[in-house]
This record gives sequence, C-alpha cells and structure tokens, in this order.
Amino acid sequence: MSEKPEHFIVDGKRLDGRRVDELRPIKIEIGTLGRADGSCYLEWGNNKVLAAVYGPRELHPRHRQKMTRSVVQFRYNMASFSVDERTRPGPSRRSIEISKVSREAFEPVIFTKFFPRTAIDVFVEILQAGAGTRTAGINAASLALADAGIPMRGLVSACAVGKVDGEIVLDLMKEEDNYGEADLPVAMTAGRQITLLQMDGHLTTEEFYRALELAKTGCDQIYELQRQALIEKYSKEYTTEIEEEGPAPAGEPEGDADE
Amino acid sequence: MEKRIVIPGDLLSDDIRVSGSGTYVADGTVRAALYGLMNKGERYISVIPLAGRYIPQTSDRVIGVITEVTYSNWIVDINSPYDGLLHISQYPRRIEIEQMSRYLKVGDCILTMVKDVDASMKVELTLRDKDRELRRLSDGRITAISPTKMPRVIGRSGSMIRLLKSEIGCNMFVGQNGRIWINGSEDRIDLAIEAVRYIEANAHTPGLTDRMQAFLKAKKKTRFGKTYENEDEEEWR
Repeated sequence: MSEKPEHFIVDGKRLDGRRVDELRPIKIEIGTLGRADGSCYLEWGNNKVLAAVYGPRELHPRHRQKMTRSVVQFRYNMASFSVDERTRPGPSRRSIEISKVSREAFEPVIFTKFFPRTAIDVFVEILQAGAGTRTAGINAASLALADAGIPMRGLVSACAVGKVDGEIVLDLMKEEDNYGEADLPVAMTAGRQITLLQMDGHLTTEEFYRALELAKTGCDQIYELQRQALIEKYSKEYTTEIEEEGPAPAGEPEGDADE
Repeated sequence: MEKRIVIPGDLLSDDIRVSGSGTYVADGTVRAALYGLMNKGERYISVIPLAGRYIPQTSDRVIGVITEVTYSNWIVDINSPYDGLLHISQYPRRIEIEQMSRYLKVGDCILTMVKDVDASMKVELTLRDKDRELRRLSDGRITAISPTKMPRVIGRSGSMIRLLKSEIGCNMFVGQNGRIWINGSEDRIDLAIEAVRYIEANAHTPGLTDRMQAFLKAKKKTRFGKTYENEDEEEWR
C-alpha cells in the first residue's frame, strides 16, 4: 500500500494530474455478456467492474414474492484478486452494506409494479478496485438495467466527492480515498433526484453543500457518457450493417457456390 | 414516421395525451420508460423496446412447453417470468383427469392462446378455438428469438411472414412469446431459421422486408445453385 503523500494538490493539480473538478477517464461497453438479459463492462480510472441483469424472472423462495410488484435484488461482490491484499471471497460486512444501499439507489427508479411476483436481479462484480467501486458499480448496473429492457424513470448516475488538503475534489482516487478527510458518494437521476448519499469523514455544512453541488456536475458528466454509450450501441451496428449491405449479395454467390 | 433511439427519462413530449406504451407521465411531460426506439405517430408516442421478457396478455397466441402435469392442470412454460396454466376443461375434448398425460405429457409443445391474465399474473391458457388452429405441435422445429423482436418477423400487416412462407416454402407460426414454429423439409427449416436470425440481428433497422428479399435471393443461390421455384422438390431433398 502506498504511503500518505505530503500534499494531495500541488499548483492546482492532483496526484494524477487532474484538476479538482475533473473525473478519471471512463470506458463503457454495453452488452458484453451473452447469457445475461442486460450487461455492462465499465472502466473508471483503475476500477474495472462488470454488471449483469437478469429478469424480471421467477423469484425463489416463493414467500419473498410480492403480489403487487417485482423485488429488486442487488449483489455487489469484490473478486478476491481485485485489491492488493487478497480479500476473502464471499459476502463481507462491507459488501452487504454496499449491496443494500445500491439496491435502494435503484428501487425508486425501476417500475417494479409492472412485474408482480418476479425478481429483477442485478449482479455487480468488481474485477479491479481503485476507489469508488460502489459508484462505478451503480453506473454499470444502471446501463445493464437499461440494456435488459427494464422500464425505469431514468438512468442513475453516481460519483463521489471528497475533501483533501482542505479542498473539495471530484471523484477520489485511491490515495485521496485512503488518506483524505472526507468521502461522499452520491447517486442521482438526470432530474437530480438523489437516490444514494453516504458520507465518511468530516465536512462543515457549508462544505457539504459545496461538495453536493460538485457531485451534481460530476453525475451530469457521467450521465452524458452513459447516454452516449447506449445510443452508440445501436447506431454502430446500424452503420456497419449498411457497409456490409453493398458487396455482400454480389460477392456471396461465387464464394459459397460449392456449399 | 420518425424513429430514433431514446433512453429512460428522455423527454418525448409536453402533451400528456400522446403518452403510449413504453412511456410515462411526470410533471406534465411524457418521458421514455425504456431504452428503445421512439415511435411517433400523429396522436401518440410509444417506445419500442430493444430487449425484455415476454409479459402475457389476453388473446396472445403463444408456443408453450408442458413442464408439469398436476391434478386438473397442465403447467406450461411460455418463455415468460410467469407460468401458464392449461386447465383440463380447456382441452378441445372432454378427458378424464387420470388420462391427462396421455393427451399432453411433459415436454410436449403446444400452440396455445392466453385466455385470461389476472392482476397477480395468473396466466390461464386454452386450446379451444373456433378455427381449430390451437393444437399440440407434433412435427417441425421450434426456435426462439427475443419477444421484443417478434413483431419484425411478422412485419407490417404480416408482410414479412408472408414473404418468408412463400419464398422459403415452409409453414411457420410466430408466437407472441418469441417462439417460432417452422415446418417443412430440413433444408427449408434451416434456411427459415437463418432468415429469422437475420431479422433478430437487424430488428432495429428500417426497410427489413426489402433486405430480406435480397437476403433470401442470395442464400438460395448459394445454397442450392438455383432458386426454389425452378427446382424439383425431390432433387435437393
């Protein structure tokens, strides 16, 4: 594990060269898992997460079924190799908590009443962890839910803000998370309705509101990336299809004639 | 008709009267509830989903597989989160309870119709209909596609399915639940399945029927040298 650096911000630049209000680079792939109803692979800085959505499907055990709505189940899991020191596989106190708050981040946006007696299962696997895995997991899960065709009021975007060297910064990286003064993960819809808000560390009331404002700008940027990823998924397929269209019918009869 | 990709939460209209399927109303605006293609008509806006499970609706015709025979009911897998129930009285003729498995046993496929769905999503099926179309499927093959893409296999007022049937020369039935029954010679079934896969992969693109025509033309030339119409059935069988 790295040592605590003396200064987190030097000349307005952070340890990795970012400004205080800048996100780490994000890469999104939708529909990566063939067997899931919806899936998403997301890289965010050093985080690598995979989200899969199944359902609506039959819920077992039966006594947990709700007669008027679907039950959302969320499982956040860290791979044992996702961090420097091997973590014990299976649910831990931390992962159970994250699963619960993440589930509650989605429950208000999913139209659960359309699918009585069913379950909507969301699985988030953290393949590589580098600060902010719960927000990365929520962003990936949001896209996987959309990809699965689950009706929702809107996408959920999440990002963290924190305080290092007495300054409010967007999207904490590993060192800032470990040695910073505060960490505030936030999830919200495009309409800026907050569905997850946690805090660890200390902030004054004034700092808290400033941090929340910064989180909103971060979530807006992430929402734009999520939106682009969803729209690109089909527009890309559409354009490659057009390209194939021309030569295919002419070339094929010759090549496959002896089949 | 204007079509574009929308994502959940997108603003579609300020006029709440146009809200159609796949949309919801919030704060006096119509918004998309689904990730899909916006379908804008004159008096309505709906969102056609790109993925999703089959949710049964009354009078849907579906293809099911018997999974269990219970006292007075057959339980039918209809490719949905909800099981279908086929009551003994909905079999076309009167049969004794002890003899249920002699008529329909576990694993049998049936072309059935959703008779009723209640609020708790209990799905009642029937095999009784006037045209005698509902029946046990004892021959042919069944393939499945995403139920959201099923409408493209049928096409506008059945244009696509008509094209497939006449061009390939096989019998087909497309269930609302995304299962497709195809009957004919093995070659024709193979070709029909290929065609259905092509539709599934390109379901979100316009002008499919025309491209399907070209697709079938190319396929038929490559596969059998000539088109079916000029061919004697016995030769390539």
